Formats: sequence, structure tokens, C-alpha cells
Amino acid sequence: MRNTLTIFRREFVSYFTTPLAYVFIIIFLVTAGMLTFFVGNFFGRGQADLQPFFEFHPWLYLVLIPALSMRLWAEERRLGTIELFLTLPIRMTEAVVGKFLAAWCFAGVALALTFPFWLTVNLLGHADNGVILASYIGSWLLAGAMLAVGACISAVTKNQVIAFVVTAAVAFIFTAAGSPAVLGAFQGWAPQWLIDAVAQTSFVSHFSAITRGVLDLRNIAYFVSVIVAFLWANAILVDLEKAE
Amino acid sequence: MLEIEHLVKHFGALVAVDDVSFSVARGEVLGFLGPNGAGKSTTMKMITGFVAPTSGTAIVCGHDIARAPIAAKQCIGYLPEGAPAYPDMTAAEFLDFIAHIRGFRGREAKRRIGRIVETIHIGEIMHQPIETLSKGYRRRVGVAQALLHDPQVLILDEPTDGLDPNQKYEMRKIIDEMRSNKAIVISTHLLEEVEAVCNRAIIIAHGRILADAAPAELARRSRRHNAVRFAATGAAAPQLRAELLRLPGVATAEPAEDGEGILILPRDGQDIVADVADLARAHRWQVSLLRVEQGRLDEVFRDITTAAARPAALAAAA
Repeated sequence: MRNTLTIFRREFVSYFTTPLAYVFIIIFLVTAGMLTFFVGNFFGRGQADLQPFFEFHPWLYLVLIPALSMRLWAEERRLGTIELFLTLPIRMTEAVVGKFLAAWCFAGVALALTFPFWLTVNLLGHADNGVILASYIGSWLLAGAMLAVGACISAVTKNQVIAFVVTAAVAFIFTAAGSPAVLGAFQGWAPQWLIDAVAQTSFVSHFSAITRGVLDLRNIAYFVSVIVAFLWANAILVDLEKAE
Repeated sequence: MLEIEHLVKHFGALVAVDDVSFSVARGEVLGFLGPNGAGKSTTMKMITGFVAPTSGTAIVCGHDIARAPIAAKQCIGYLPEGAPAYPDMTAAEFLDFIAHIRGFRGREAKRRIGRIVETIHIGEIMHQPIETLSKGYRRRVGVAQALLHDPQVLILDEPTDGLDPNQKYEMRKIIDEMRSNKAIVISTHLLEEVEAVCNRAIIIAHGRILADAAPAELARRSRRHNAVRFAATGAAAPQLRAELLRLPGVATAEPAEDGEGILILPRDGQDIVADVADLARAHRWQVSLLRVEQGRLDEVFRDITTAAARPAALAAAA
């Protein structure tokens, strides 16, 4: 636990010693704003909610989250610091969780900096702040799930670009799984349980359930289990691949 | 303090380390020698728990690195090959991180870092990012990291690689100062380093231990051990050599390759300098050079490691 915290701190600070943190936060805020106002028709809808803001998060994360996760292990391997890091008296779980938490908290900081949107809806009308809070939690969980996928992929390569591209592709599959286009391809030949199963694996179906204001335990459990499963795989892969 | 038991590592079909066993006691500085690709680094990676052995294990201060990795790693200070460190951190931040992981907090962490900074002389670069440091300073930061918790077992993979002669001298002095209460293993391919700091040397090639002895004893295996360099006037060179060859202990007497007199090699390393001196006196030669050679480690190293390359000679060399 103490080691997890030490590793967390080192990783978290390291985001801010490079321009990555600032570039990430600025791009995240600007794109989120543009999507909300221009594509999501925030003002035109005449409703005091953040639905158009959260709606785009899965697609925004698809591009931005791999940029956070790609360096987690790939960079250690490229620099050779992984040999130093993993010969220190720490447990693999402490290493994996510490790194993940740093990236997740950084994503949380970026998300928290979108508070002006929340201020805006509250100034313009009577917003349902419970729904907004649930949506923020859902969005953070979604970011966590994608980061866990990305951390796991980052563990098997030295090359950050490969880590980025593969993570984006895998995250896309998870995101698009519940979309009408994918489900339509299954319709007609696949049994209903398979269609349901595919829809259930989708980030979007669970995320949009949360943004509708239902902080259902099953949706939270879904994201938490995705995070745990990928971090577990991450630990195994680091152990297997560290010296390659 | 450190026991290596039958370590074997296969990478696919390649046998990188082939049944390596040895132990290192407190106070010993073991030089781990071998050509590139001999299995030195792989062995060190297995001892420190970075690479899992195919079979065999290492016992560090009584802890099996496979069964109790945390306890074993707590006893080890390790400088991996190339002295990797996080480039975006300053040396101070980096050492602070290591101190925290090693379980030191607040004043205790500060005290330990302060002491190590003084020993290794890195005070003036503590607040520079590691990526901006010279090779020598980077290596020193790596050594500082390995020494922070005053480990009982110190494993240094090429600690002086890339350092200039002064820095090498400094690094050897540091190692020498610590030797009394630690078991130290350093890998190197610099033979002068082994002679300077190690009291024991292991030569490894193709994953096997080929020799394990004190550096001076290894040097004694050299053909040149107890050889005599000789130069004199009073007789023509061919005649000098012919007379010398008549001595019972002399195997060959040839002009030295470097042109400095005649190099007289003894049979079976026996002491022949007195016989040579007597002979010169008897013939009333004017001796201008008479020196006993100590035997050269690089020659022994070359003999042992190149013999290992020929499978037929392997058994003889081992």
C-alpha cells in the first residue's frame, strides 16, 4: 500500500514534468467544448442538462486516453528502467496499481477541469445535479476502463506508437460493440443471447445507462470488473514480457 | 551471503547460462569476467530477480529470490547494465523515490541521501534532470541508488563502463571502501579493473564458469608467469639464445614481440631467474636487463575463453 502510494506519486508528478499533461488537458477541454456546443447543440436544445457534453465522452476518450496509457510500461521498457523498477522490493500488484492510479487520477483532474460546463447549466436553468454527478462518475469509470486496457497493451511493447494505435483499436471495439451498426450485423442470424452479450460488453451501453441518471450497481460493477481484469492481465504480461 | 545454485537460463534454443554455481562471502569482491554475450548480465538479472531462471536459484542473505523475492531484494543493491534512471527526474527526486521505496521517510531518508551524495560526490548535480547529466554522473547516480539502503549484497553490472580514467579510479576507490561489510559482485570486461579491486575472479564464457580463482592466481596460469626478460652484451644474440636454451628450466628464448630484450619462458612456470643470472655471470656478459614477468591476466583470459569456443578443448579448460 505504501509502495503503491510512492509509485503513484512518482508517476503522477511525471505527467506534469513533460508538456504531455498541459497538451492533454487543453486539447481535452477544447474538443469537449466544441463537440458539446457545435455538434451536441447544447444551447439549441433548450434543456438545462449536460447530456450533449457526456454523450461524446466515449469517442473523445477513444483518441485521448491511449495517449495517457501508452507510456505507462512501454517507456519503462524502452529506457531500461523497468529492470531497476522491478528489482526494487515491490510487489507486482503495487507496481501495476500505482501506475494505473496515477493515470486514472490524471484523467480525473482533466475531467474535473470541465467544471465550467456544470457552472453554465446551473446558471442557465435548474439542472439535475444528481444526474450530472452520476454522469461524471460514469465518465471517470469509463476513462478508467480504457486506461486499464491501455496499460495492459503498453506492457507488451517498447513502442509507444504501437501501444497507442492498438489501444485505440481495442477501445474502439469495446465502444462500438453496442452501436446499432454492430448489432445490426448480428441481427437476423445470431441468437438473441449473443446479441445481448455483445451489447453488454459495450462501454457505451453501460456509460449511457449511467448518464441517464441511473447509477445502477451493475453498470458500476461492469466498469470495475473491466478495470480489475485488465490490470490482472497487465501484471501477468509485465512479468512474462519484462525481460524480452 | 550470496549463494548461486545451479542457475540455468534458456532463451528458446539458446543456452545463455549453463549450470552456474558459486557463492560470495562478506568481504569478497568478485569480478565476473567474460566476453560479450557470455551470460554475465543474464546471471546478474537472475540473481536480482528480474529474469526467472529456467532452473536453479539464488539465495540472498538466506532468502530464496524465487520464493521470497521481496526479502531477497531488500538485501540487494543493484546497478543494472547501462545505469538506467528516469530521465525526466532530477537526481534528488530520483534518490528520494528510491529512498521511499526502500522504506525510509523524512529525516532518515534525508540523512541517507545526504551521506551517499557525499560518498559518491554528486552534490553539485542533484538538482539537474538526469537526462542532462554526463555518462559519468549518470552512472554515479545509479551507484548511489544501489547503495542507499547500505545493502549486504551489492551487484554492479559494468560500474565503470563509459567512465574516463579519473572517474574509473574514483569508482574503484568507492568499491574498495565498502568491501569490508558487503558481498560485492561486479561484472566487467576490463581486466585491469579485476586486478585493481577484486580479490576473486570468475571467468565465464558460453554460459559456463571456466575459472574461479584470485586474480593473482589466474595470472600465474599465464605462460608468461615467471618468464624472464633479459638483455646483455658480450655475445651475439643468437649465441645468447643458444646458451640460454641449454638451461634445464628454459622452454623457449625468443626476442620479445615488443622488442625489449629476449623473453625467456620457463618450463611449467618454474623459477629460472637465478639460473639465468648465474649463466650471465659465468659467461661474463654485461647484463642490461633482467626482469621477472608476473604473468598477464589478459593472456589467461584469452586462452581460457577462446579454448571454450572449441568444443574439444572445453573439457580441458574447465
